[in-house]
Amino acid sequence: MGKISRRASLAIIGAAPLAGALAVRAEEAGDGLSSSREVIRSRYFPNVTLITHEGRTVKFYDDLIKDNIVTINFMYADCGGVCPGITMNLAKVQKALGDRVGRDIFMYSFTLQPEHDTPAVLKAYAEMHGVKPGWSFLTGDPADMELLRRKLGFVDPDPEVDKDKSQHIGNVRYGNEPLQLWAACPGLANPQWIVESIGFVDWPAGRRGGR
Amino acid sequence: MMSAREKERQNAARNRRELIAAGFSRRDFVKMGLVTRAGWLVPMRGLSARSLRSDGEEDGQPTSPPTTPFVEELSMMPIKQPVTSPLTPAPTQAPNHTGGEGRTRSHQAFLTSPPQKYYMVEQKEAFVSISPNLDLQRIWGFDGISPGPTYVARYGEPVLVRNVNKLPPKELNGGFGLPSVSTHLHNNHGPSESDGNPCDFFGPFEKLDDPRRGDFYDQHYPNVLAGIYSTHQATQGDINESLSTLWYHDHRVDFTSQNVYKGLAGFYLLFNQFDTGDELTGFHLPSFPNFDIPLLFADKVIDPTSGQIFFDLFNLDGILGDKFLVNGKIQPRFTVSPRRYRFRLLDTGPSRFYQFHLTDPANLSAVNSFWQIANDGNLLPKPVSVSNVRISVAERMDIIIDFSKFAGKSIYLENRLEQTDGRKPNGVLPAGQGNFVLRFDVTGPAVPDNSVDPALITKFYDLPDNTAQPRVTRTFRFERGNGMWQINGQFMDCTSARFRVKQNTVEKWILQNNSGGWQHPIHIHFEEFQMLKRNGVAPPPVERGRKDVARLQFDEQIELFFRFRDFVGRYPMHCHNLVHEDHAMMLLWEIDDTGDLNTRP
Repeated sequence: MGKISRRASLAIIGAAPLAGALAVRAEEAGDGLSSSREVIRSRYFPNVTLITHEGRTVKFYDDLIKDNIVTINFMYADCGGVCPGITMNLAKVQKALGDRVGRDIFMYSFTLQPEHDTPAVLKAYAEMHGVKPGWSFLTGDPADMELLRRKLGFVDPDPEVDKDKSQHIGNVRYGNEPLQLWAACPGLANPQWIVESIGFVDWPAGRRGGR
Repeated sequence: MMSAREKERQNAARNRRELIAAGFSRRDFVKMGLVTRAGWLVPMRGLSARSLRSDGEEDGQPTSPPTTPFVEELSMMPIKQPVTSPLTPAPTQAPNHTGGEGRTRSHQAFLTSPPQKYYMVEQKEAFVSISPNLDLQRIWGFDGISPGPTYVARYGEPVLVRNVNKLPPKELNGGFGLPSVSTHLHNNHGPSESDGNPCDFFGPFEKLDDPRRGDFYDQHYPNVLAGIYSTHQATQGDINESLSTLWYHDHRVDFTSQNVYKGLAGFYLLFNQFDTGDELTGFHLPSFPNFDIPLLFADKVIDPTSGQIFFDLFNLDGILGDKFLVNGKIQPRFTVSPRRYRFRLLDTGPSRFYQFHLTDPANLSAVNSFWQIANDGNLLPKPVSVSNVRISVAERMDIIIDFSKFAGKSIYLENRLEQTDGRKPNGVLPAGQGNFVLRFDVTGPAVPDNSVDPALITKFYDLPDNTAQPRVTRTFRFERGNGMWQINGQFMDCTSARFRVKQNTVEKWILQNNSGGWQHPIHIHFEEFQMLKRNGVAPPPVERGRKDVARLQFDEQIELFFRFRDFVGRYPMHCHNLVHEDHAMMLLWEIDDTGDLNTRP
């Protein structure tokens, strides 16, 4: 059997839901999908509209992720379980990263309770934890927040556990969007080690903030 | 969105296409129980395995395009050859930073076991075929191939391997993988600085002020028996600690799953005066390389839109492929002669558990037994007759199959262990309903077989004494909280070791899994263990040997016996589900002169 062309293989699997959706987008985007960066964007980064704790309206991909080094975690203001520890940890991470946060490294915490966590609630939460510029707490339409959570893999494979917010995923993703480098560490890990881990996806020496 | 039923039908149709392409008839399907009452093939079975997340379809991985199995002959990895002219710059005991080396510590055994052979291996990008139906795949391989070349080493012959990191810059990774590497020689009884510790990564793209920034890293493998500098000095080590089947793979902290999935893995075989590689001598095991065949298993997904290997970047629990690769090809065939062969089975993950059976589709009720001779590459006290082998990520199982009884037939290596998410296997499927990963065509010429019938082997090695009183018993609970994989409630951290073992002492480690939701293959570097108990009772015969991976199953407690000798320094213990290990289910411990008595580090 000869080699199946890309077009033919698309035809064969054309009915598969995810692949089908991507195939349609490939048509629209022309050559866009030939880039692996674009594949990652279309698979994982829905460009939903969000509101920061400072009341700014932003697009997830265009304004938060694109061209940046980022950390991503999910939390909610009333969370009495792992959230306070993780937020305190991340505050130490922000301090250690210094002025790079807000320049080329951005930290994002997304609420799991958008109904309750208005920008004002998140602003109070951020102030309570001494959050500095460059670290945003984000809320939005509940359906968009849920889509984001699923796309970014903050999901428990057990649907019952997944429904229980107190057992929500406590990992922190870190990544470099243009370099297509993504990994994650536990939010309760040693903050100094989290800082070093973020360094794994840093720019090459001499570029932007890279050493 | 497609309904679950539609999806099932689609899977069934795909399976049917692949089964027909593989040469099965509808009658075979019926015989194999693969047709449902509705006339569809049984979903999630057949030649491909599906991986679905239980939370729905949208977040699921893509489905690989169809491929025709059993078309290509099994690939054999080339045997790695030593360099013919001296390495430049010459290897040094201390790290050669100015010469471009990314090592951070001096070689411990450079003078006691000076290298007799020198190798140079390059990690680099390549484009390779894994199936005639697919485009060339962008991989990272040792010497640009995956699996990498097979090292053939001998006890008493120390070697030095110069790893040269020639991977492309970060932004040219093709979507996953970090061009920063640490090559672990799995189960090597060797010094820490040559172990391939996850924190000893190096490369030309590390930070300017990081001593690990460098082009190469020299790894010194003394190839010595445990006890050589301690309990068994007079005999140059304890022969009963002989290792046979090792493997090497990238172990870069946080990025191991991506880099191994991308291809950075291969075999390292160690022979001695008994396990000689020649069936006319020693234990008379089938001769290498003609009848002693390493088999490296990996499961992957091909993204149908890009045509390239797909890695699910944001998965925390484990990644399953729907295509099975053996020695770098999807479902190859292997033409064998009607005689005995030794196979060295290795599961490189990232997350899948297998249970391999020999299946004759024309006689599904037959139990085709074979011999298991080693577990984790270490010869068992004697061969054990088995009907199957269970293998989790990083385990190795050496088996002997006698094909003389199948002359003229085709039989299959079938994985009957169903697994639908990355955390654990499900149950065992009926014969013929699992995944056929490799076809043996017993159509090769009749050739002499001078290997011994395993039934006649009464002993390989004795088990080393395991009755000594442990200096300390340490307990480790492997668990998950809020999606975070942890050991005793703590997480991986390269900046510190969690406990210290006193050199030349005996310890007992207890590994616990209190969950029915996942299983963990736990690997401890450097020293092998003997499994004293599995859930309070003696382990099954195939685990009554020396091992380096403990398959920690549902709600289990495993007791391990260790004796630490010969070298000092830091080593890790971790879950070898590569996704768990990359998400911090790992710790560092250290061997030194004093040790500590921390019972729950």
